[in-house]
Amino acid sequence: MTVTELKDNVGFVKTEFYTIEEKIKFESGVEFGPVTVAYETYGKLNENADNAILVIHALTGDAHAAGYHSEDDKKPGWWDTLIGPEKGFDTNKYFVICSNILGGCSGTTGPSSINPETGKPYGIDFPVFTIEDTVKVQKKLLDYLGVKRLYSVAGGSMGGMQAMQFAISYPEIVNSAILIATTSRLSPQAIAFNAVGRNAIISDPCWNNGDYYDKPQKPDRGLSSARMIGHITYLCEEAMYNKFGRKLQDKDQYDFNFDIDFQVESYLQHQGQIFVDRFDANSYLYITKAVDYFDLADKYGSLTNAFKNSNAKYLIISFDSDWLFPSRQSKEIVNALMNLGKDVSYCEIESPCGHDAFLLEYDVQSKIIKSFLNDHIKEDTDE
Amino acid sequence: MNNHYATSKGLHLNYSIILNMIEENSRVLDLGCGNGELLKLLKDRKKVTGNGIEIDQKGVIQCLEKGLSVIQGDIDDGLKQFPDKSYDYVILNQTLQSTYNPDFVLEEMLRVGKKCVVSFPNFAYWRIRCELFFKGHMPKSKILPFEWYNTPNIHLLTIKDFFEFSKEHNIKILEGIYTTKANIRKGIQYNIFSNFFAEEVIFVISK
Repeated sequence: MTVTELKDNVGFVKTEFYTIEEKIKFESGVEFGPVTVAYETYGKLNENADNAILVIHALTGDAHAAGYHSEDDKKPGWWDTLIGPEKGFDTNKYFVICSNILGGCSGTTGPSSINPETGKPYGIDFPVFTIEDTVKVQKKLLDYLGVKRLYSVAGGSMGGMQAMQFAISYPEIVNSAILIATTSRLSPQAIAFNAVGRNAIISDPCWNNGDYYDKPQKPDRGLSSARMIGHITYLCEEAMYNKFGRKLQDKDQYDFNFDIDFQVESYLQHQGQIFVDRFDANSYLYITKAVDYFDLADKYGSLTNAFKNSNAKYLIISFDSDWLFPSRQSKEIVNALMNLGKDVSYCEIESPCGHDAFLLEYDVQSKIIKSFLNDHIKEDTDE
Repeated sequence: MNNHYATSKGLHLNYSIILNMIEENSRVLDLGCGNGELLKLLKDRKKVTGNGIEIDQKGVIQCLEKGLSVIQGDIDDGLKQFPDKSYDYVILNQTLQSTYNPDFVLEEMLRVGKKCVVSFPNFAYWRIRCELFFKGHMPKSKILPFEWYNTPNIHLLTIKDFFEFSKEHNIKILEGIYTTKANIRKGIQYNIFSNFFAEEVIFVISK
């Protein structure tokens, strides 16, 4: 890549690691540790340690949110379109932090990590955790980094759930929260898709009850099927028509067999195949479970009650073609916050991209996020 | 929703009247807040807190760019997320006539707001009467610039209509300001001349 390509992003970055030595009490009651957290930071923490923005990734993301790791990288971090100098999350102003989720497989301790007590990967001995447990880990990372207040916490999809939970768990340190394409609880339909994904993994004989790390064959078929199912939910009918139509893949007519005919088949298969190279099947089971369990109304009695103690200013964004976490679910959060008289803004962005829009529609999002963040700088100085 | 109004001449007069009506530091909900111009003025000059509701994505983004809190939504769906009397003022500026259920919207705003500010173009204004009477077609003006087939103003009303409606629904009219191009008249009782000469009206109401 050339220097000019690097100019409008954060440049070369490195994933760092921090190990939380003490045990963390999980929601299930289990005490677990140590946990190593993989994270990246962009921009500089100011003297008051209050310009930090915690950005949280979605289901299969990682700590690498912006910039490049090396010159050989084909792609920058997953939210590079929004994080960087003068971008939505302006790294000239803010200290942006992103960490890999607890239970993940991109550097943070998860089922594929070595259990220090046995010298072997945890596998399904890894304790089941919740979204609340994942933000506990993130809070410990912030303490380690010396962050006193979060200027904002932001995330899309599962990242949005964590952002919400963070604002609820640590109301005293969160100035604002940006919740994108997210929900306070999954619909039964969304749980159903996760269940089918997990079922694909568990029914793969190579899954071997989660114990496959030293085996020659891994549950790749199951994991890639899970990813294919997931991908369907990230798109929408219109997105699929736009992207593939009924076009055939490298052929003019049907083959009259069960090989791949349609482009959409080929795309899903490709997504499944590349996924197994970067993701762990057990992590997929654990993280989707945490997402399924997430239910703020159930946990706090009501959604309104969940946000009762939060003083954060909220920005909520949904996409009209997202049927996985539809606008209706964002509006539930908006309504609960309005009911409490909290400061909240909500925008439903028109997009043909489905749930994936939060990663793709960066122009509008950039504008909205920038305005929202700018606004409370002004308010803070007024006070 | 009231974007069509932003270019009309009455705008500044209308805004300055509303600015005068709202007490400082009050909590305000602006329904159909458009690009947020009025709410921004209220925030800057009257130190109000609160937010707007706007149906159009473009308007919502313009509000956010002005640093306002805004909810994208349709006021015809009601205000069920807002508790009773949770705002000092609920404003419906030049939007009543383009709602689907004006009676429901008014009831909802009166429930949520301690006081409400409602403004609308007076369809009994003499020029409008003349257009219909002499020219025989649907009146158009700077305030009502649309054709019959594309107008968002589907529930046009007169000052008299509003007084009758208020009486039937036990709505108290606390303030009434009737504007023409040349001057302003005030009054909380129905006045046949206002209904004839006022191009636009702004009421403060409560229940």
